[in-house]
Amino acid sequence: MISAAVVFLYLGIVLYIGIFAFRKARGTGRAEDYFLAGRSLGPFVFLLSMLGTHMTAFAILGSSGHAFHNGIVTFGLMASSSALVVPVLFFFAGTKLWALGKRHGFITPVQFFRARWECGHIGTVIFAVQAALLVPYIIIGVMGGGATLSAISGGVIPYWFGGALVAIVVMSYVFFGGMRGTAWVNTFQTLLFLGFGAAAILVIGSGMGGFRSSVEALLASPPTAALLTRERVPPLFFLSYTFIPLSAIAFPHISIFCLTAAKMSHFKKTVILYPICILAIWMPCVFLGVMSNRATDVPRIQEKIQARRTLAAEGARLSPGERDELKEKMAADDVMLLLLGRYAPLWLAGLLGAGIMAAVMASDSQILALSTIFTEDVFAYYGAKERFGEAAQVHTGRAFVIAVTVFAYAVALKAPQTIFDLAIQFAFSGYAALAVLPLAALFWKGSTKWGALASTLWVASAVAGVAVFQTSIPAPPPGPGIVAWSVAGVDILTRTPAGTAVAGFMPVVPMTLISALLMLLVSAMTGKPVNGRKMV
Amino acid sequence: MSRPKSWLFAFLLAALYTLHQDFWFWSAARPLAFGFLPPGLWYHACFAVAACLLMWFLVRAAWPSHLEDRVGSAPGEPGNPESGKEYRAS
Repeated sequence: MISAAVVFLYLGIVLYIGIFAFRKARGTGRAEDYFLAGRSLGPFVFLLSMLGTHMTAFAILGSSGHAFHNGIVTFGLMASSSALVVPVLFFFAGTKLWALGKRHGFITPVQFFRARWECGHIGTVIFAVQAALLVPYIIIGVMGGGATLSAISGGVIPYWFGGALVAIVVMSYVFFGGMRGTAWVNTFQTLLFLGFGAAAILVIGSGMGGFRSSVEALLASPPTAALLTRERVPPLFFLSYTFIPLSAIAFPHISIFCLTAAKMSHFKKTVILYPICILAIWMPCVFLGVMSNRATDVPRIQEKIQARRTLAAEGARLSPGERDELKEKMAADDVMLLLLGRYAPLWLAGLLGAGIMAAVMASDSQILALSTIFTEDVFAYYGAKERFGEAAQVHTGRAFVIAVTVFAYAVALKAPQTIFDLAIQFAFSGYAALAVLPLAALFWKGSTKWGALASTLWVASAVAGVAVFQTSIPAPPPGPGIVAWSVAGVDILTRTPAGTAVAGFMPVVPMTLISALLMLLVSAMTGKPVNGRKMV
Repeated sequence: MSRPKSWLFAFLLAALYTLHQDFWFWSAARPLAFGFLPPGLWYHACFAVAACLLMWFLVRAAWPSHLEDRVGSAPGEPGNPESGKEYRAS
């Protein structure tokens, strides 16, 4: 419980930061101040807060859990591809978005799309798809909060209570502090979880008696030796994952955050240091996730390993229900916390747990972004701002923050999938395919609102299609997937143990390519905007 | 950015993206860097450092400062509450 007490102290600090930000901004009542911190963030806060906004529970808990079962491939899948793709997006698209936002006063991406493509209701359709895809991302944060507090307290704090507590704290500082509070809290949190990696490596490494002997022991056994290679993931899947970081520029919380910098030159540090920050956060998590396979003296880790072995050996003979039961036992998002519990002294485990908590609570930016896009793209656009005033808009934004958090919490209590799967399959893939919209709007004068509509509807249908497909065909046991559709001996659509494969690729690849193709074809066939194209 | 410079950066970015698909280390668990890092992990750590260096080069040689210069010529000045009103509410 000492470590849980340290985490409670941490939650108190972030709550105070949010309320302090509220006091600083009190009285302005302006939407730009609440939703964008008055476009005033300095380079240091901008870099750290951007990182905190982008890295979620997924970066620490999801990555270590994925690495526990799949090995070192996790780092190359998400981290190193993001280290290249995300700063490139910030350099080319983020800076341009910032300049247009500052010049024309945009607060949300849809405001830019409406002006750029001279459209109204099509912007609302884009808003609806953005909002629907953002919700799973918010749920991840609540799930991570519940799992973390429960694990840190050794199960004394139940999952439902941990999730509720984290949801209330996040909701409170977003409610009061808006973007300023969120940015300050994110800066503090990012510093914590940057320090977390180094500390966790030192403490757990020395506790395990050094990594050299642990790695040699893993290599000595064929099933665990494979974890130190990338054999568990096919190369086409590895290539597919490089599409996922495209989501960064399409996520409303990231694109909105691009507008908060006081000067465009503040992007410089972010662009240059982003790859190193990603390395510093992901490398310890992935490496320790793999090393967890050596911690067989931790009963809950041993249970997960045993469940994995049973699924691999007997999966084909088991019913889908029994396989799901084993998968639930295998869920490994808590391995990092279990390692800390085993190897770190109590007070240090608490501090490191607070570091993990920092990453878990990154859902604050998504909650604020959802509130921002609703109040700007729907509430204000359809006239309520003019009728009720700007203060009412900010109040509506705050009420929306509460509604979204309560909804996310209710879903998190029922959600069956691991954090990693949920994030990848829906939010990340959908947003990666939606990246076509900002890129076309910023860099292709020939793009039109009808092209944007076609891309958006395609992304929405594809995400729904994948969800329906995976629900209708239960996941097969580890090994070859179930082929649902093949043409001339080529497997086109396959239900794999982890999700869906389209001609060997993850669904994100065809989703993104077809989205781009639709933008090109439909734009080429439809009338171009007159004034909007002069904007870029 | 001049045309040769654009081509140089496009080439460097494409080359680094290609280097990300290091199928040549796919099944290798040895040699271990520092005695404990397998090649598939070590290589991608170096890849992240290479990405940082490329970003530094990009920022130094091709920073789009013209975008910042254009900011002031908007219908509403930055920070003005009326700025962009036509897009935010109609």
